[in-house]
Amino acid sequence: MAEHNTAEATEAPVFYVTEEEHAHSSTLLGFWIYIMSDTLIFAALFATFGVLSHSYAGGPTPKEVLELPTVALNTAMLLISSITCGFAMLQMEKNNRSATLLWLAITGIFGAIFVGLELHEFAGLIAEGAGPQRSAYLSAFFTLVGTHGTHVTVGIIWLVTLMVQIGRKDLIEANKRRLMCFSMFWHFLDVIWIGVFSFVYLLGVLQ
Amino acid sequence: MTSNASAAHHGEHHDHHLEEGPHGTMKGYMTGFVLSVILTAIPFWLVMGGVLDSTVATSVLVLVFAVVQIVVHMIYFLHLNTKSEGGWNMLSLIFTLILVFITLTGSLWVMYHLNVNMMPGMMTSTPG
Repeated sequence: MAEHNTAEATEAPVFYVTEEEHAHSSTLLGFWIYIMSDTLIFAALFATFGVLSHSYAGGPTPKEVLELPTVALNTAMLLISSITCGFAMLQMEKNNRSATLLWLAITGIFGAIFVGLELHEFAGLIAEGAGPQRSAYLSAFFTLVGTHGTHVTVGIIWLVTLMVQIGRKDLIEANKRRLMCFSMFWHFLDVIWIGVFSFVYLLGVLQ
Repeated sequence: MTSNASAAHHGEHHDHHLEEGPHGTMKGYMTGFVLSVILTAIPFWLVMGGVLDSTVATSVLVLVFAVVQIVVHMIYFLHLNTKSEGGWNMLSLIFTLILVFITLTGSLWVMYHLNVNMMPGMMTSTPG
């Protein structure tokens, strides 16, 4: 009887996770939660835009000021930069440093073209008197699109920083982890842009 | 395809922990890219070409394509699945989506009714 008890005790079921938590795992999950909180910022800006999207105050309507061909080109730039970022990640998994750097550079260039086109669009709007102070609609437009553009700009700065780090320290574990976070951030910006071009530009021009 | 691949990786239990991170494949990225191009081109074509006579139908289609493309990005570019990070990724996403839904519909709903019912010109014509 006693012997049976000991045998049972050694094989007693465990009701908690015995494996150790991996440190990198919490970084990626934490970064994901940051992205989710950033999504909420954009949700608030989209809601604001939705509420104010007809408050023209006698000023220009979306149909009069927005140029869809530019937006289509912009969308293409961001989408291409998204796929090249994916290629950089694939090369990173193969530990191919120079190819990773090359794809990251291409990603950055397409991102920079996107920001350049957007700034050009903003400058054009402001020049024709459709600046953010003209109407509630334009305030909301500049805030929402501008916040996205700021994110992309910060992403490019982060990208360049990572390229310098990889150049100096090679593809070490820490740099790989940073690259994974960056790629999540970059793809997330493309997801937000889907909302922007559909909700702000396409639906705006339709009305 | 992608979720199967990453599930297989999880099963192998590498000690080399980075291997458990989100994984993409060339095929997955290309599938996502091609789908995204199609899902972007169609709404732009609908609006710029004035394909449909009904504005409402076009609007609904544009939004549907946007939602589908967001799902495509989530699966093929962000490698999201129900298993990553022990399900916490998906749980936080669902939580966020609920908050996004409340923020958007709540704001639009409340502000629309305030606008309709409480604008100075409307006060006299609205009973009680």
